[in-house]
Amino acid sequence: MRRLGNQPDALVEALHSAQEAFGYLDTDALTYVGSSLSVPPSRVYGVATFYHYFTLKPAGDHTAVVCTGTACYINGAGGILAAIRNRLGIEPKQTTADGKVSLLTARCLGACSLAPAAIVDGEVQGRVDGPALVQRLEEL
Amino acid sequence: MTAAPVPAPAAPPRPARQVTGLVPAEPPRASAYVCQAVSCLSTGSQGVLESLVERITEEGLPDVAVKRVGCLGLCASGPLVQVPETGDIFTRVAPDAVDPLMTTLRTARPGGPLHEAAPFFARQVRIVTERSGVVDPESLDDAVAHGGYDALRQVLTTRTPAEVRDEISASGLRGRGGAGYSTGLKWNTVAKAPGSPKVVICNADEGDPGAFMDRSVLESDPHRVLEGMAIAAFAVGASSGYVYCRAEYPLAVARLRKAIREAVKQGYLGPSVMDTEFSFEVEVRLGAGAFVCGEETALIASIEGGRGTPRPRPPYPAASGLRGLPTLINNVETYANIAPIVRNGAAWFSAIGTAKSKGTKVFALAGRVVNTGLVEVPMGTSLRDIVYGIGGGIVDGRPFKAVQTGGPAGGCIPAQFLDMPVDYESLTEVGSFMGSGGMIVMDDTSCMVDVAKYFMDFCREESCGKCVPCRVGTSQLWLLLDAISRGEATERDVSQMERLADMVRRTSLCGLGQGAPNPIFSTLRYFRDEYMAHVVDRACPAGVCTIGTSEGVA
Repeated sequence: MRRLGNQPDALVEALHSAQEAFGYLDTDALTYVGSSLSVPPSRVYGVATFYHYFTLKPAGDHTAVVCTGTACYINGAGGILAAIRNRLGIEPKQTTADGKVSLLTARCLGACSLAPAAIVDGEVQGRVDGPALVQRLEEL
Repeated sequence: MTAAPVPAPAAPPRPARQVTGLVPAEPPRASAYVCQAVSCLSTGSQGVLESLVERITEEGLPDVAVKRVGCLGLCASGPLVQVPETGDIFTRVAPDAVDPLMTTLRTARPGGPLHEAAPFFARQVRIVTERSGVVDPESLDDAVAHGGYDALRQVLTTRTPAEVRDEISASGLRGRGGAGYSTGLKWNTVAKAPGSPKVVICNADEGDPGAFMDRSVLESDPHRVLEGMAIAAFAVGASSGYVYCRAEYPLAVARLRKAIREAVKQGYLGPSVMDTEFSFEVEVRLGAGAFVCGEETALIASIEGGRGTPRPRPPYPAASGLRGLPTLINNVETYANIAPIVRNGAAWFSAIGTAKSKGTKVFALAGRVVNTGLVEVPMGTSLRDIVYGIGGGIVDGRPFKAVQTGGPAGGCIPAQFLDMPVDYESLTEVGSFMGSGGMIVMDDTSCMVDVAKYFMDFCREESCGKCVPCRVGTSQLWLLLDAISRGEATERDVSQMERLADMVRRTSLCGLGQGAPNPIFSTLRYFRDEYMAHVVDRACPAGVCTIGTSEGVA
């Protein structure tokens, strides 16, 4: 925030930095960002919830992001999500009861030529096979 | 809202210190260009690079270079390695299977006979991507050695801003972001707008699912885009600029930031560029996963730190944009076209393409096609050439059904138009849209009702909620499509959907809502029988939709 001069228009950038540092945005982080940039809490909350990239909930120990972009959809992303639902019992945006795996979806990872694609703990994987991915997640 | 948060990756895909190549003391006799764009990295190209460096060092080949390069294009067969001295491209290279590559490297020499390239490469014309897969994307020196910033120098030392604008106008270049507005006209409007300072923005918020051209250009040749922006800034009288890039592209952002740092350090950007009076400061701003931010007024609102919601135009950003200043917004590919036009002249550029669409277009070819990847072809190339000639046809030899272009605002083009030349006008004529260049090939395993539903779901999620027709309309349209796909709708529902779609198209505030009904219109136009099968026979011909108790896979 200091780098951006504590200006109100640095709000999105500041939220990026906070999320990168803490993994998600809790009330304290939102309040702190707002007061530093002289932006009312309502606007901070409005912006934080407007963008999909920001998350207000802590994630599980591991994250799996399944791409649901067009190429992945055509090549069977739905089947991957169904496989995860059947075995791990979680829908997108949920975390398993033991707090181990969070499932997210992305609109497009830009890895369309490797469709269907997914990211497991920051590592992009191409030509994902549903059962294999589930097995990998169960072994985490 | 359910979609999209890609968590902030723990670290960019590259660790800080690692092997990045091998540079011989003398000009190399043979070289291995290892693709290091996201797609190949995710299939293990870093391991290939390291293994090559190790083997070459072990064997003591002092005249062989190993170089990290950007996208080679044929992403489906990564990791890719090219030996430019022979023209060979090695596909699916594994770190422990580099022997064939080593054999070539031992004997290759410059000036030797070039092996004929596969049709995937031979049929392309590369302007925007001419340095992709040739230069090291993280080296300013390498970009400069390949002509980087030459056009900027030429412009700054020998031309006036008006001359540059005239050159761009004469070239016939049109915006590559989708709508196809004349770039020269836009530059002139911004240049003549009262008020200063002026701002240039590069729209790198490539939100269309199934499109990755801009990511690839930024990951492969970021200096090309920065040079184009600097020339634009000079031509319209701006001294600052922003690149608004998706946060989902960490590697592109990292390479872009590095490119800016290096260029400023060596005086290619920043204060008094190349010791002239021209100054140009560039900053990267990150998107945060909102598709609507690709719309220019929403993008500006996002750079200003607010919710990315569009506002009515006029005033257009050219008159009143970022912080009320006259603002030029072009997309990545448009800027990447600027330097070659300056270098080779407007006449050269306008000789490529069709009467109204000049130059080339980069397409992201994906879906049910054999050679998925990035292709650049002259405007006017036929769909058949792209899908069958370059793309190698449909996976498993299945029948072609449609090609979807233009993202969520686009349409599906059926087989009877395969021989149509691809340019702005002809795509619009058949009910689709150029869009940013995503091209998704579908075969008979796709149900067109489900495809329309997929895109409507996208628009429903991504609607910013500011205007009623889009916020409520897209939800209602999705409900109708859902009912049709479950076999619970009647023919009356279909005609009601058409009326509602027309209303949403005519009354929405921005391109998202105006374009959202397009997939419905185009699938109804060409595949009405599939809709009828769902409502009359209660069956899904492609076997995609689950209808009642009848068979079908979800």
